Amino acid sequence: MKRYRTTAWIVLAVILVLSLAASFVPGWSYKEQHREFINASPSLHFLLGTDALGRDRLARLVCATRISLLLAAAAAMGALILAAIVGGMAGYLGGGFDRATVRAIDLMLSLPWLFLLIAARALLPLDASPETSLLVTYFLLALLGWAAPARVVRAGVRGFRQSDFVLQARALGCPETRVLVRHILPNLRPILLAQFWTSIPIFILAEANLGFLGLSASEPFPTWGNLLRDLQSPLMVRPEAFAPVAAVVLAVLCFKFITPWGGSQV
Amino acid sequence: MTPGLSNLARKLAAIGATVLLGGLLTAALVRMSPGFDSDERLLDTRLARDSQAAARAEHAANSNIVRFYAHHLAGMLHGDLGESPSLRRPIAELITQRLPVTAELMAFGIVGGWLSALSLALAAVAFRRGIAARTASIFSTFLLCLPPAALAVLIFTWGGPVRIIVALVLFPRLFDYCRNLLEDAYARPHILMARAKGLAPARIFFRHVLPTAAPQFLALAGVSVSMAFGACIPVETLCDLPGIGQLAWQAAIARDLPVLVSLTMMITIVTLLCNSASDQAAV
Repeated sequence: MKRYRTTAWIVLAVILVLSLAASFVPGWSYKEQHREFINASPSLHFLLGTDALGRDRLARLVCATRISLLLAAAAAMGALILAAIVGGMAGYLGGGFDRATVRAIDLMLSLPWLFLLIAARALLPLDASPETSLLVTYFLLALLGWAAPARVVRAGVRGFRQSDFVLQARALGCPETRVLVRHILPNLRPILLAQFWTSIPIFILAEANLGFLGLSASEPFPTWGNLLRDLQSPLMVRPEAFAPVAAVVLAVLCFKFITPWGGSQV
Repeated sequence: MTPGLSNLARKLAAIGATVLLGGLLTAALVRMSPGFDSDERLLDTRLARDSQAAARAEHAANSNIVRFYAHHLAGMLHGDLGESPSLRRPIAELITQRLPVTAELMAFGIVGGWLSALSLALAAVAFRRGIAARTASIFSTFLLCLPPAALAVLIFTWGGPVRIIVALVLFPRLFDYCRNLLEDAYARPHILMARAKGLAPARIFFRHVLPTAAPQFLALAGVSVSMAFGACIPVETLCDLPGIGQLAWQAAIARDLPVLVSLTMMITIVTLLCNSASDQAAV
């Protein structure tokens, strides 16, 4: 298993470095339209061919990889911060706030994730600028993805609340905030880290689904979800159109191996 | 009141509170969304002044979120879910018409997903180093990494059976859990003893393994209902199946407040009841 994990780390690092490095290649644009090469097959000039607007598929895939990987990680971090605040406070304070939080978590987890996402995404402007729509999509993932990690954090904090070192800190007159921030939160690091790595592939797949339904970032920004939409047109189903599928599968697979328990929550 | 009944009453009250909260939250979100106050019907120059006034009045009634929600709830108690502003049809009728499509898709998905996951997990546990176990594991991992929408489009485009898509989405999510639960159950001392005594594998499975793992399987069964509905949304939308999932997507795109609130409450009730029923059965 350790061998797989190391390989997954290396593959992910290579993908990320290549996608970041590609942004420095001059003249290689994801949005430039080559009108004389519309729907072109793979060639030396366009390794993955071009799309219906004559844009280089490889350039778009590389850019989408960069966007999807980095923003999914950022959204996972956002969701985790929210989960740590809400779950930590609920677990530590207990009482009414805890009960209300548990009810809210139950509500969030009882609704299918995709239903919640499309309902929330559709409430926001669909004709926003590409940058805004991109940020809105991932912001929503962070905003709605807090429930599952919050439940784990809450359980962790409740476990530590009555532990000896916390009682000792309190007995020494340590303020409650300091107990929570300096003594309990550092002990939650393994839980938070595991939740972070689990959330990234969930968010990648969620964005891919949203992209398919036309609710992700708007053109010309490429994300994995947007690129996968090409598969909806039977005319576009050519071998090179499967490159985004391969990219998503490879990335999620790597995260599955990196996640401590094999990412079965994906 | 006996402790069992009071426990049940408390759980039902908690479900009721969650459902009401979910409905209110959805209604509030839709109300706050940009563009809610606009109505495309008002742009139709053919509309007479009184028709425009009626459209405005209808919209104004939905503007006060508390009043809208109270009115909607009162209607729901009498079986009236209101009318869809975007589809111009009674919501109850829309749901009734579309429910069989989703129910069929979900039933096929849940039964197919569970049968395939359980049988392959059993094979994987029984023959740990066999080809079947490895193939099942690789197949499950691959499906887990594939976005459900991509799976739906690929099968639909290639003319495959649309009914199996939900089962294929559920399979990897259930397979991992089933395999882990079965591995755990087969490692229990009393089952090792039964195997050492030479009991038939079928007898060991049905008499010893299944009862041991039943509570966790039942809990997973409750969650699989929610998973199946989540999978129905892209499947119905992309494969053009007129079900509840497609209705949810259409309502979300059209910002159809009454439909969204009704669907949210309906889905919350179904998933919470399934989860509670599986929890109770597990106890």
